Amino acid sequence: MEQLFNRKYIIQGLFLVVAIILLAKLFYIQIVSDAAFVAAESNVLKKKFKYPARGAILDRNMKVIVQNEPVYDLMVIPNEVKSFDTLALANALEISFDEVRKNLKKAKAKSNYQSTPFSKQISVQSYARLQEIMYRFPGFSTQDRTIRHYPDSVAGQLFGYVKEVSQADIDKSEGYYRSGDYIGKSGLERSYEDVLRGEKGVVNTVYDARNTPQGSYANGKYDVNAVSGERLISGIDIDVQKLGEELMLNKVGAVVAIEPATGEIIALVSSPGYDPNILVGKGFGNNYMDFIVGNPYRPSLVRPIQGYYPPGSSFKPIDALIALQEGVVDPNTTFNCPGYYMAGNHKVKCEHVDGNISMRRGIARSCNTYFCHVFQNLITKNGMKNQRQTYQDWRDKVAKFGFGTKLDIDMPFERKGYFYNADHYDKIYGNRWGYTTVISQAIGQGEITATPLQIANAMAIIANRGYYIKPHLIKGMGDKKLVKKEYVTKNYVGVDAKYFEPVIDGMQDAVNSAWGTATLSRIPDIIMCGKTGTVQNPHGKNHSVFIGFAPRDNPKIAIAVIVENAGYGSTYAAPIASYMVEKYLKRAVTGARANQVEWMKGQNLLPPLIDPNKKPKLTKADSLSIKKTDSVKRVKDSLKIKSAVIKQSVSTKPVANKPAILNTKPETK
Amino acid sequence: MQQQGNRFFFNVDWITVLIYIALCAIGFTNIYASIYNPDKSVGFDFASSYGKQLIYVITGLILGLSILLFDGRLFNVFAPFIYGVTLVLLVIVLFVGRNVGGNQAWIPIGSFRLQPSEFAKFGTALLLARYVSTFNPKFQDIKSIFIAAAIVLAPLLLIMLQPDTGSALVFLAFMFPLYREGLSGYFLLIFLGMIVLFVADFLVPTYILILILTTIGALFIYANKRKQKLIITTVFVTLIAIGYLFLVKVAYTKVLEPHQRSRIELMLGLKTDNKGAGYNVIQSQIAIGSGQATGRGFLQGTQTKYGYVPEQSTDFIFSTIGEEWGFMGCSVVIGLYIFLLLRLINLAERQRSTFSRVYGYSVACILFFHVFINIGMTIGIIPVIGIPLPLISYGGSSLWSFTILLFIFLKLDSNRMGFI
Repeated sequence: MEQLFNRKYIIQGLFLVVAIILLAKLFYIQIVSDAAFVAAESNVLKKKFKYPARGAILDRNMKVIVQNEPVYDLMVIPNEVKSFDTLALANALEISFDEVRKNLKKAKAKSNYQSTPFSKQISVQSYARLQEIMYRFPGFSTQDRTIRHYPDSVAGQLFGYVKEVSQADIDKSEGYYRSGDYIGKSGLERSYEDVLRGEKGVVNTVYDARNTPQGSYANGKYDVNAVSGERLISGIDIDVQKLGEELMLNKVGAVVAIEPATGEIIALVSSPGYDPNILVGKGFGNNYMDFIVGNPYRPSLVRPIQGYYPPGSSFKPIDALIALQEGVVDPNTTFNCPGYYMAGNHKVKCEHVDGNISMRRGIARSCNTYFCHVFQNLITKNGMKNQRQTYQDWRDKVAKFGFGTKLDIDMPFERKGYFYNADHYDKIYGNRWGYTTVISQAIGQGEITATPLQIANAMAIIANRGYYIKPHLIKGMGDKKLVKKEYVTKNYVGVDAKYFEPVIDGMQDAVNSAWGTATLSRIPDIIMCGKTGTVQNPHGKNHSVFIGFAPRDNPKIAIAVIVENAGYGSTYAAPIASYMVEKYLKRAVTGARANQVEWMKGQNLLPPLIDPNKKPKLTKADSLSIKKTDSVKRVKDSLKIKSAVIKQSVSTKPVANKPAILNTKPETK
Repeated sequence: MQQQGNRFFFNVDWITVLIYIALCAIGFTNIYASIYNPDKSVGFDFASSYGKQLIYVITGLILGLSILLFDGRLFNVFAPFIYGVTLVLLVIVLFVGRNVGGNQAWIPIGSFRLQPSEFAKFGTALLLARYVSTFNPKFQDIKSIFIAAAIVLAPLLLIMLQPDTGSALVFLAFMFPLYREGLSGYFLLIFLGMIVLFVADFLVPTYILILILTTIGALFIYANKRKQKLIITTVFVTLIAIGYLFLVKVAYTKVLEPHQRSRIELMLGLKTDNKGAGYNVIQSQIAIGSGQATGRGFLQGTQTKYGYVPEQSTDFIFSTIGEEWGFMGCSVVIGLYIFLLLRLINLAERQRSTFSRVYGYSVACILFFHVFINIGMTIGIIPVIGIPLPLISYGGSSLWSFTILLFIFLKLDSNRMGFI
């Protein structure tokens, strides 16, 4: 009997154990874990977002170049939809009966309880029609938001585009972006996304289990008003930009113009370009395929910051400057030019036979021989044994001019070009290499490639007599006109100001003297200093290049123009530069030159395609990659057109893929 | 007259009565919160659930106090009669019952509905107590076990026919009073083993379970290799256990209704379903969990106020307590129940009469089953079994039946000095 009495404790013990189990689980879900609390909030709380207007962008003359236009999205909360007149809705929206059903299904798949886009960017007419009959469609609502508008229809690559966020964007944003939000995907829209987008507003509403709104949450304590995006002021002169794009019509290439004193970019032309308005709104998908992907000349390549070109003759002034600073030559040093320069047993040809030639004339006439000698002096100044070290010194000094490194422009996807250190040549040649091996770099050819931005920046350095401010597009953010510190900092290149004058003399002569290479591009009343370049291109016609700045004293604009496959620098690049400079400095191109502008706009210099249906593909031999070192012969362009000749033969072996032929002259005029 | 009144309420355990009143008050408060709607609060409404519950509580208290006026011996005498009446009601409900939520469990009487399964509990408790006290079996023989089982299983099976599995399961609580009276502890172990194997059968492949069972059996035989009788028993038990595994699989698909299957699968985590059968449990857990330590406060629970938990005033009333009163409130409620249960056991043990003791144990264990299953269900450690939380859930039949159950015992307890 006593034993049975003890069973009381077993039963009471069981009660206690069970109570402890219940309390333990309660302790976990109520105190340890906050998952239930979060779930409860998301049960009752629904956030409706208010979209801020994106910030506008102004040009340097305070003209609006990027603005907003209101559009309306038709939203739906599928759960609240009652049976409705499908046909009436389809008619109001000007879509088909089936599309209404399809859209509703799509919205349902996204979320049954949240407001989801049903039909985006409906027309103003549709919006007006809908307003009258909205009451017949419970569950539907309109939401106004803004889309971008670019009044001048230019500079597609520069501005970039805005697009609905991808899942990757959402994941990266740590909760800022939600499905259906918009984000700047390229160009300025991307690099200034944080400033332009503003701050989303939110209205918190409490809903009951039947999804009926029960009023604002906590008396609107957590509601936030939308804050419009900040205004950006750019250094772009939209008129110059527009002229540049018109001049580059039907040409492949790039133009970069910089205000030397500030580093502000005045124009940044990538050709072929496109109207940024085609990548706004409903037409995005088709237009993107048709005009961007479908264009064989690849407008998606932002040539000013991504195209790789040998700097060519534009490199010579830099050689001269470093040589002067190093003291290996002085402005009066002469070298004899017999029409070529012998680097070992390797001949670098020159376009002309000038006999004894000085620096000023050497620059004006772009003498290869002169600068090969300068380079030889630089690399061998410490004797033949120390060439590796002196090459590396030289390379580091040139790098200070911005070559081989990103200039940190405020645009995404800038590329840095190729400019090799000594160890690159060690790898290829062991220790058996010297100035003759890399002689082509003296004249801006060979392994060195640069973006048009880097080349224009080098011009700004010369214009500034020794320093540059990192080139940038935006000079002020918001009402306070904030600017990044790096865009006001002077970067000195280590060459004293006094050494610039002899070099600038030569550049002045190139445009303004009888023996110069760009005399036809002289601008009335303005002394422009410059240099032409005719960059040898084994794939087709030479690239036409011009670099320069103006006026000579207190320069206002530095410019680099590259027209691919256009031949001599003096024929196309130099005039284009001179028109843009004149437009910038005088606000108009006048006199006889106005007619020349129209003539230039009409020139079609598009390299022919072998098969017009096929896009030229970039291959390893192309500008985007370098397979092997062949210092003298290799020349790069941003876009490889396999042959200038339309070939009808069945041969698929393109000429360009053959090893370059020795007699190709490394350029220059 | 004074003498007379004292005689009726003499020796009544007022502490239990106080806990009873406290639980009823908690129930009323939370039912009010569960159906509270900020837009439609227009004073006190007797037509609403909380208004009705107030009537049930008051009438329940009157009912309970009037039970104290009875002579305790009557319950012993009338036990077979009361049991018989509840069985008849259980049969009647199968024919005239109103179908609510798939169960044929309600007999409509005027505007109220009577749930006979609730009253079958005390009928069974009384007859079981009567049987044990009269024949004083020690449950060592098959016959007495069989009779006791028959008393419990008759109403259980009738309730299964409704079918109201939840209410039927509660009758398993009678194992504990029988255990107290001498039923071998093995029966509890076997019962526990059946539950464990049942759950394990879903989570672990059957062949692994067979392997485990065989290994345990073999080890047990090895440890007791001298005791021949034990070896035979072990082999027998192992074989039955393995057979049970297969029986479970068959019974699961053939006997259980689809909704019951999905409830079990949800509880075991074999299935997730946020919209269908799992919705109740998930919303209930969200509500309880969101109460955190101290709760959102009376009438402040958003899940409660905005109707996110279905059946919240009846089976899921604990979610209101959890959300609005937090862990603190839950602990108080569970504490009150445990205090009541332990006290009932202690009261039962101080009885001289076996009848009172068996009945007391029955009351405690029925309450225990209800509390454990109901709260366990709302926090997702037990599959959804629709039985009310005693004295707190909304509903007259449930409240009255627990009142009768409890106050009969209080009456018996007040007579503990006398002879019944």
